[in-house]
Amino acid sequence: MKTKTAIEFVGVFKSFEAQPVLKGLNLQIPWSGITTILGPSGCGKSVTLKHVIGIEQADRGKVVVDGWDMARIRRGELIALRKRIGVLFQSSALFDSMTVMENVAFGLRMHTKMTEEEIAERVHVCLDAVRLAGTEAKMPVELSGGMRKRAALARAIAMQPDFILYDEPTTGLDPNTSSVVGDYILKLQSELNVTSVVVTHDMPLARRVSDRVALLYDGEAVVQGPVDEVEASKNEIFELFIEGRLG
Amino acid sequence: MTRLLALLGGQLAAFFIQIFQMFRYFIQCMAEMWRVYLYRHQIIAQCYAIGVGSLPLVCLISAFSGMAVAIQTAYQMEAYVPDYMVGALIVRSVILVLSPILMGLVLAGRVGAGIASELGTMKVSEQVDALTSLAVDPVGYLMLPRVIAGLIMIPILVIYSFLVSIACGFVMSIIKMNITPTDLIKGMKLYFENYDVFVGLVKSAVYGGLLTFMGAYMGLCTQGGAQGVGRSATAAVVVSSALVLILDYFLTHALLY
Ligand SMILES: Nc1ncnc2c1ncn2[C@@H]1O[C@H](COP(=O)(O)OP(=O)(O)O)[C@@H](O)[C@H]1O
Ligand SMILES: [Mg+2]
Repeated sequence: MKTKTAIEFVGVFKSFEAQPVLKGLNLQIPWSGITTILGPSGCGKSVTLKHVIGIEQADRGKVVVDGWDMARIRRGELIALRKRIGVLFQSSALFDSMTVMENVAFGLRMHTKMTEEEIAERVHVCLDAVRLAGTEAKMPVELSGGMRKRAALARAIAMQPDFILYDEPTTGLDPNTSSVVGDYILKLQSELNVTSVVVTHDMPLARRVSDRVALLYDGEAVVQGPVDEVEASKNEIFELFIEGRLG
Repeated sequence: MTRLLALLGGQLAAFFIQIFQMFRYFIQCMAEMWRVYLYRHQIIAQCYAIGVGSLPLVCLISAFSGMAVAIQTAYQMEAYVPDYMVGALIVRSVILVLSPILMGLVLAGRVGAGIASELGTMKVSEQVDALTSLAVDPVGYLMLPRVIAGLIMIPILVIYSFLVSIACGFVMSIIKMNITPTDLIKGMKLYFENYDVFVGLVKSAVYGGLLTFMGAYMGLCTQGGAQGVGRSATAAVVVSSALVLILDYFLTHALLY
């Protein structure tokens, strides 16, 4: 039985030492489609994503993912949930002591009883999906920034997740590579029909891929909804953000 | 004055939070023990890295410290004890004190700092978060194999160190102090206790667990960039070296009296 929203933040507060980052965040992310969380850098977008996989816990308020209250979820259930979430980290975060093949195969080797042939097959399919076939034996340091992003994306989809979280997928990439990454986000979305959350401050990317957007500012979601609605709402902070004068 | 007190209070609180954190990681690490089979490949790889990688250093240091002990013993005891006692004294001081402590300190530098900077780099480059997101527990996958490898390999390295130190010490006594090999062997046989070896190995297993745990703990708690990695590596070495010396007192006391 599916809950109405895939991911929900209800009045979430989070601070580090004395510094408050989230101040009563309310956010709904519906099933399937791409929801983009926008916001100036340092506003807590990555922290928000970390709540979804349970790396950070809310000080106050509730984070619900697929019906599970992240503050109450038991260990075994949390692990099962994490297997269904693929994450693309801002810095790619490939394991630098392993080859690309081993990186992509990592989750499969740890969690499934697939044979080496089946794993090699799946890795090949995933790498093919991001046009990286043939790089299996390479080490992450031998790849360019854009290739690393794509390899990390292959790792994120290897376990055939129901959710994919992208943390700043285009930051630090040149415009061409950025638009390629945008293509992949759309392609994966249409092929896998997952629930995607894209965190970014790249407005062109947001316009291109999003079904819904939310603008995070000063620890809260100041506006959220379908892209055209939000753009039409003439929200003051949103306008400032688009003009690049926020934060 | 009140500000000073507040500062002191803050420091003290931070200290206890650290201890509490360490304890939590320790408990987590213990809790992962029963899944140890899952991490067997990592354990073997770590045993290899710690054991084989440290051999040249262990050899070098043990050889020289063995020779130093030989000279020192002969110098201190020459007038008071018969020649054959020198053999017994070298063997016992190497096994009981010298090798375990020296290896603890040196390996805190080589192994502990290495672990702290490796895991620290993984932490600040989000690789640890990536592990978690792939539903793999960083404490189980990264910390546990290293601690187990430390518990196994450091006593083995210390046995190796015993042999090298004693051999070099004996050679030194024969060449430089004109003590005959027969005397040395006689002394060793007369006063050799199996229990000494047991004490030396218990000590080294404790130090092995300690320095790998500290390295992994400091690494996983790293915050903020390259500087943070450096801080963690330093902290791992300083804390584990200090604890090796402190624990040495308590272990010696507990095991020998
Ligand atoms: N583990 C942490 N410890 C202390 N402060 C943190 C931690 N993680 C994030 N922060 C702080 O939270 C704020 C938001 O960080 P982040 O979510 O990474 O921003 P962004 O929106 O750019 O992704 C920053 O000011 C950062 O310094
Ligand atoms: Mg971020």
